[in-house]
Amino acid sequence: MTVDMLSIIGAALAVSVGAIGPAFAEGRAIAAAMEAIARQPEASGTISRTLFVGLAMIETMAIYCLVVALLLLYANPFTQ
Amino acid sequence: MTLQLHPLQTEILFHLGPVPITSEVTTTWAIMAVLVAISWLAMRHAKVKGGWLQTVVEVAVEAIADQVEAILRVDPWKYLPLLATLFIYLVFANLSGMLPGVEAPTAHIETPAALALIVFFSVQFYGLRSQGLKAYAKRYLEPNPLLLPLNLVSQVTRSFSLMMRLFGNMMSHELVLAIILFLAGLFVPVPFMLLGILIGLIQAFIFTVLATVYIGGAVGGGEAG
Repeated sequence: MTVDMLSIIGAALAVSVGAIGPAFAEGRAIAAAMEAIARQPEASGTISRTLFVGLAMIETMAIYCLVVALLLLYANPFTQ
Repeated sequence: MTLQLHPLQTEILFHLGPVPITSEVTTTWAIMAVLVAISWLAMRHAKVKGGWLQTVVEVAVEAIADQVEAILRVDPWKYLPLLATLFIYLVFANLSGMLPGVEAPTAHIETPAALALIVFFSVQFYGLRSQGLKAYAKRYLEPNPLLLPLNLVSQVTRSFSLMMRLFGNMMSHELVLAIILFLAGLFVPVPFMLLGILIGLIQAFIFTVLATVYIGGAVGGGEAG
């Protein structure tokens, strides 16, 4: 296997495995926020703002994986 | 037909002396010109009962001030020049990718890096100004002086993740659009472009909220960052 093939496999692995954890985490966060809003509809403004910020934090992990995959595909230091 | 994608490279339009000028820089200049023109037109003859443009600008600025005050729990107008400018610029920059022939400047890594650096230095500046050198430096030794390296690292990594979040979201959206257009054809990417408007607005909101939370943590008034 050449370095090119290995980096393509690595990029696919990085994105596919790296998407699992953030997807579970976002699901749990949204479920908890829904429950909180159903209990206390008057606090929905604060809850949804905090939810957005938290989702952004969680999503960053998936974005890191995407950036690693793109680095492997387009700016791989070992192939040039 | 081949798909030519270079999400990490920038296109150089022309050289200004020794400095290469990319298309993102010219887009940023255009956005700055538009924003200055709108502000000048709206506030040129500011009255108590203003015209429609003055009303729109006032409503937008008041809404941003309310949101910032809800996070900081102190007078927001001291921090509004930075935060509201960040938000309004990011909304325009993220949505400028919707115009044909224009690439969003935030979809390349230089613009988010510059914005994250601005946020990083203003957090230190506001923290120093509101607390003084001694009290602000003491925050890095809390809750235990052993945690000083971790506190220092967290200052850098959160700015880095601020940059990566904005860049990754905007760039991956453009990449997905390009791939779908390549695979499926003319009208299929339209729902994804609608989603892109939502992504652009949410990313502008999140960047501003996180900058506000970091500044609030540094001045010690609001929710801890």
